[in-house]
Amino acid sequence: MKALLIRGGRVVDPASGLDAKRDVLLREGKVAAVENPGQIRAADAEVCDAKGLVVAPGLVDIHVHLREPGQGYKETIATGTAAAAAGGFTSVCAMPNTVPVNDAPETTRWMQAFERKASAHVFPIAAATRGSMGEALTDYAALKEAGAVAVTDDGKPILDDAMMLEALRSAAVLDLPVIQHAEDTRLTGGCSMNAGALAFRLGLRGMSVEAESNLVERDLELLKQVKNGHLHVAHLSTRKALDAVRAARRAGLHVTCEVTPHHFALTEERVGLYDTNAKMNPPLRAESDRAAMVEGLLDGTVDAVATDHAPHAAHEKEQEFDRAPNGITGLETALGLAISILHIRHKVPLAGVLALLSSRPAQAMGLKRGTLAPGAAGDVVAFDPADKWVFRAAESRSKSKNTPFDGWELQGRVRLTVSEGRVVFRR
Amino acid sequence: MVEIRRPSRKARKFSAPSLFQLPIHPGSAISAGDFSVAQVRQILLAADALEREDPLRRARRLAKRRVALLFYEASTRTRTSFELAAKALGADTTLVSSLSSSIEKGESLRDTGITLKALGAECIILRSPYSGAPYLLAQATGLPVLNAGDGMAEHPSQALLDLRTILQLRGIRAAAVNERCLRGITLTICGDILHSRVARSNALLLTKLGAKVIFCGPEKLLPENATEIGPGISIERDFEVALRRSQMVMMLRIQAERLAGLKIDLDDYRSRYQANAERIAACAPKAPVLHPGPIIRGMEITSEVADGPRSAIAAQVANGVPIRMALLARALKGGRR
Ligand SMILES: [Zn+2]
Repeated sequence: MKALLIRGGRVVDPASGLDAKRDVLLREGKVAAVENPGQIRAADAEVCDAKGLVVAPGLVDIHVHLREPGQGYKETIATGTAAAAAGGFTSVCAMPNTVPVNDAPETTRWMQAFERKASAHVFPIAAATRGSMGEALTDYAALKEAGAVAVTDDGKPILDDAMMLEALRSAAVLDLPVIQHAEDTRLTGGCSMNAGALAFRLGLRGMSVEAESNLVERDLELLKQVKNGHLHVAHLSTRKALDAVRAARRAGLHVTCEVTPHHFALTEERVGLYDTNAKMNPPLRAESDRAAMVEGLLDGTVDAVATDHAPHAAHEKEQEFDRAPNGITGLETALGLAISILHIRHKVPLAGVLALLSSRPAQAMGLKRGTLAPGAAGDVVAFDPADKWVFRAAESRSKSKNTPFDGWELQGRVRLTVSEGRVVFRR
Repeated sequence: MVEIRRPSRKARKFSAPSLFQLPIHPGSAISAGDFSVAQVRQILLAADALEREDPLRRARRLAKRRVALLFYEASTRTRTSFELAAKALGADTTLVSSLSSSIEKGESLRDTGITLKALGAECIILRSPYSGAPYLLAQATGLPVLNAGDGMAEHPSQALLDLRTILQLRGIRAAAVNERCLRGITLTICGDILHSRVARSNALLLTKLGAKVIFCGPEKLLPENATEIGPGISIERDFEVALRRSQMVMMLRIQAERLAGLKIDLDDYRSRYQANAERIAACAPKAPVLHPGPIIRGMEITSEVADGPRSAIAAQVANGVPIRMALLARALKGGRR
């Protein structure tokens, strides 16, 4: 593989506190050097001009649904990671709700095989219980050995107290986080949007804030009983649950959490006239909850912006609201939304935004990614932070186009993505 | 107040306009909240005119126009009334029902709509158990869609015929319909508000014309935020208090098929919310009693009241055909403009 010299950019590496003009040399899939402009001599390297661009660690998305094995009509590992690369992501954590469920080492290995033609590094997250049925734990040691970085039954919660406690205990021994999809499904039967006046007006059943916060609070109680336990709350969406996480963190518990771009960018109003591209789980919430997500991102309570990229075929989404599946795509809009909303509107320093998209999620999942320190994986994104562009769903690399952001003007556009020293996207 | 945000084509440059961004035919009638007061007046005037018209002349208005009735839920009154209305205007109707074999197993609403259009349907009347389904059908076909009830959401033709009944009871002519014509009238809608599309459509429509609506029912069937769907709507949990403040009352049945595990103590419900002769005589002796049907006698209403002198139920049913003729004529532009 040819060495790559990325020259003249503004290097922002939150993990090392660097924000300055630097040249970056990638060699043999790793960061070989980060030096003052003009200092690096590498005659054999391909040179990439990054003038006017921000050069940052490749982004890390700890919550994506790549749909393989089993649902290649929605997405494949190849198309999903191509979308990731176009969005600046070089690491993605793949959720286990595939067909079959990723609850066995063979599946975990299959997802990481060279034949999948991934454009970003795939870190599988394995099922916490067999078939994600909530009845018996999977073999965490074997799954970790096969490459799993965490366990979850995402899409479903681990509802049973004893089962959740057992999961936390077993995972703690192996230093794996347990990721909870916090939804008390005993309270959300038949629900398809946020509970409230709008749901009443539309004649849709609403998921209450408590359906999320009750389970987060329950999990935090269980976490107290587990030595070295690590709970990660997926796609947090309510102020109440966020407050619980904040308090637990202060009390010294090892709890981390993520927020999706759509939960800080949109409210339930986006449902409009039953637009299923605004249907996801957890649902879009009220403005006060959206504002709380921004607060949590600003004050550090939230560890990561994670997309919950959930591709679905058009024929699945073009149904009555109650019948359509949950989820939207997100890999290609995450950086633009984070810059437009967190950096431009809410004045979060660029390094802070990038930390939420790289170093901090990597740390939450224990991935050795998300930094440009010499010796680190050669994962780089170069983007134009000033470029205002219009996202067009039709041009998405994802196999599915189920996004509520089609036609949105976003600021910050990816120009180059390098995964382990290999250029995987260039615009 | 909650407002539904409509897709705006101006602000966004969609590259792959999803189904949900496509336009809805203006002849559609999907939400009672969509009608302007002027439109309501026009529909009522058209209903009057069509009702009076010589049947032979009337039958030429939509002669040979094709109207499809697509029913995913059982319905007697609404379906028959739409069918009679279409036939009275001379239209050809075809019924596609989930109870017959006409709807292919597993075929999507979108595909069924496209098939009906290809077969020549010019207007589709839809009854669906899913809230919002008429929008999807309208966007998928580009045809005018008349909502014959969608899930828990709306039943606009029912609200219009209820309005016509109320106007008749008060001696208000269609031509006099305006923003203030129902001022001074309070209607209590009592029962299973949560699951009722009739309650939503009536509340949205009647308050446009100056009426006040009181929703009445137990917490489980009537959430506090129900008042936020429009101005002029309030909640009173005590049925007798609500009745004393009302000039009219509309009873709703408990929708057992939509309770989704909700447990209701029926004896307790009856004792608090039933419209029986004693209660009506004591609290609202002059109030007409409406009911959109189907009636569960002995549950939300007794036979004495349902069949009594103040019952407006027969008038409601009778108003179904003229209102639906007007909606069909409007959808197919074959009626009086
Ligand atoms: Zn989830």
